[in-house]
Amino acid sequence: MLKRECVAMILAGGQGSRLGVLTQKLAKPAMPFGGKYRIIDFPLSNCCNSGIYTVGVLTQYQPLALHTYIGIGSSWDLDRQNGGVYILPPYAHAAGAEWYKGTADAIAQNLNWIEAQHPEHVLILSGDHIYKMNYGDMLLQHVEQQADATIAVIEVPYEEANRFGIMNTDESGRIVEFEEKPRRPKSNLASMGVYIFRWEALRDQLLRDQQEENSEHDFGKNIIPNMLAEEARLFAHRFRGYWKDVGTIESYWQANMDLLDDQPELDLYDTEWAIFAVNPAQPPHYVGKDGAVRRSMVAEGCRIEGRVERSVLFYGTQVGAGAVVKDSVIMGDVKIGDGAQVNRAILAPGAVVAPGAVVGSADELTPLTVIGENTVVNCQTGGEA
Amino acid sequence: MRQVMGLINLHEDDRYIQELTGNRPLAAVPFGGKYRVIDFLLSNMVNSGLNNVGILMPEKYRSLLDHLRSGKEWDLARKRDGLFILPPASERYSRAHRGNVEHLFQQLDYLSCVRRDYVLIGESHFVYNMNYQALFAQHLRTGADVTLLYKEMETAQTVVPGAIRLNFAEGSDRIAGMEISPWRSESRNLCMNIALLSKSLFLDLVNQAMSRGGGDFATDCLAANLNQLMIRGLRFDGCAARISTVNEYYRYNMELLKPEASAALFHPQRPIYTKVKDSAPTKYQDAAEVSDSMVANGCFLEGCVKNSMLFRAVKVQRQAQVSHSIIMQKTTVGEGAVLEYVICDKDVVITPGRVLKGDPNYPLVIRKGTVI
Repeated sequence: MLKRECVAMILAGGQGSRLGVLTQKLAKPAMPFGGKYRIIDFPLSNCCNSGIYTVGVLTQYQPLALHTYIGIGSSWDLDRQNGGVYILPPYAHAAGAEWYKGTADAIAQNLNWIEAQHPEHVLILSGDHIYKMNYGDMLLQHVEQQADATIAVIEVPYEEANRFGIMNTDESGRIVEFEEKPRRPKSNLASMGVYIFRWEALRDQLLRDQQEENSEHDFGKNIIPNMLAEEARLFAHRFRGYWKDVGTIESYWQANMDLLDDQPELDLYDTEWAIFAVNPAQPPHYVGKDGAVRRSMVAEGCRIEGRVERSVLFYGTQVGAGAVVKDSVIMGDVKIGDGAQVNRAILAPGAVVAPGAVVGSADELTPLTVIGENTVVNCQTGGEA
Repeated sequence: MRQVMGLINLHEDDRYIQELTGNRPLAAVPFGGKYRVIDFLLSNMVNSGLNNVGILMPEKYRSLLDHLRSGKEWDLARKRDGLFILPPASERYSRAHRGNVEHLFQQLDYLSCVRRDYVLIGESHFVYNMNYQALFAQHLRTGADVTLLYKEMETAQTVVPGAIRLNFAEGSDRIAGMEISPWRSESRNLCMNIALLSKSLFLDLVNQAMSRGGGDFATDCLAANLNQLMIRGLRFDGCAARISTVNEYYRYNMELLKPEASAALFHPQRPIYTKVKDSAPTKYQDAAEVSDSMVANGCFLEGCVKNSMLFRAVKVQRQAQVSHSIIMQKTTVGEGAVLEYVICDKDVVITPGRVLKGDPNYPLVIRKGTVI
């Protein structure tokens, strides 16, 4: 029996319903981001970079693309003799089959798997957040403070604090109160949905929570408040840096645009904390004789004969001669025909914009335009999502 | 193709490209924006269905081992078969002009163990994209002893140092003559240094040549036996580059800026695999002016780049002008620097304001790690 100090559980079953057509056939953690990544690359790379090599990925909603993408985890160095990545979808029990009914329930249904890993601590992560974080530092603090649970928190502006779970702490950093979306926040330390639990403490909580009929089986709503009520040792771990939960189309687009800043807060070029991804075998991209690219990110395999400004282009996208792409996120293998115009739009993989067609509008007051996977646009499409 | 094993002979002549092979074998020279020369032959073999490939390592092979590692990127990290690294027993045998038969002879143990009936043996310095099934099919159909791949050149007069020219028997594809490194030649048929033959014949030829003192596979195993063996040719009609001089290296990289050439080499059904680097996509700043250029991932571009090839993680700073150049991995071109007809090897730093110019027929090569 090999003991492990810490295993990670990534909650990757989220639908991201506010992302509309983009997540119709895709779990939110599988959403493409930043020209070559999928959102789950961030927690997976963080695990690998933090030295946590046993990772369970809990999937439920539209898992096909996600399962295919993760494979045996070799892209994140998580194909291991001991540990590695495990995909954990819901399964049928002798007593019947049930979906994951909440974040805590998803973990509880995989109690046997966690037990088999013999961990001291369990790190709970969300599969749809974009950030670079050393979980090792957090684990160190957790062990030093002999905490039952440590919750990563980030400072948010006070006026936005009512959108988050807010932690009120004493001087030692011990959490004295937890408020979910408070109307009058007493602090601006928001929970990032990153928790480390002493496994014994969590196990005990999960087993009891399973018996509660009225429980929503949610970490924020049930497990954490219960532990606080029982005066368990809960500590906050301050995280400083870029952290984003892209819940809406607008914030998804903005997070991509943020990467185009001169010194983006999220540094993807830092080789000390690389974000790993599945790398398709594509040749370098090509910018044609009359092509022009400004303030943009372009991945390999693209062919650009037109003009690209303030945009993010994923693998294998083609921009025809005379076409203009501005302020847009163009996911992989999109074809933009000659003379077409794309403005303030998000094009899902495989979308086709016919020559001369117009997508979106430069007007910042109109909402962003979203074109779904493999959709063909023949004429003008703009405004509506 | 599962009856065929691949052998890649890296005892290649690098005398005319030494500016780029100072610390690495010819096979490890970066090519095409993100690849190394060996990626093409290796990917061709894998894409053709070969799953047992042995590589005869030349000297200075550290960088190649680092590149190939387990062979995973080429799907060759296997429980059975897969990639086999065959290091030279002594560097005495490792130069092309001293012969590679002895190296093959040293590997007889390995060669006889592999359960394959045919051997496809090639050299890495021909860069092209091909499914060898056509070669195998012709070999079986004609019943030839050996089938060689060749390319027809536009004129016979083109000087190609170190090349092998083929002469055919009248009205047939039977090879009647092989001219090895001819001083002058009337033949337009350039051998692509890849041969398919049965393994038993291959082992016989190596043993025979060894008993006569070793030598070179093409000279002493094939050319020496032209009368005894039925050696046939298959003409390759696609785009192919022979990389053996700095000029050829420069010209063929630049050729890839043309859509036809890059479409042929980067065939979507037969991808070229290489070591994965996990770099972020390339970032273009406001001042970037890039045209007619190939750019790999991880670059940071603020200057002007024309008719050039940029490898991974190249930085071109403000007001810098790069044209008709090949800039390899992690090179930085400082503010206001001007590069024209230059090949920058890896990790070069061009400090701000420098002006470096080569000539279309004589590109200036800047060695790995140089700071100018």
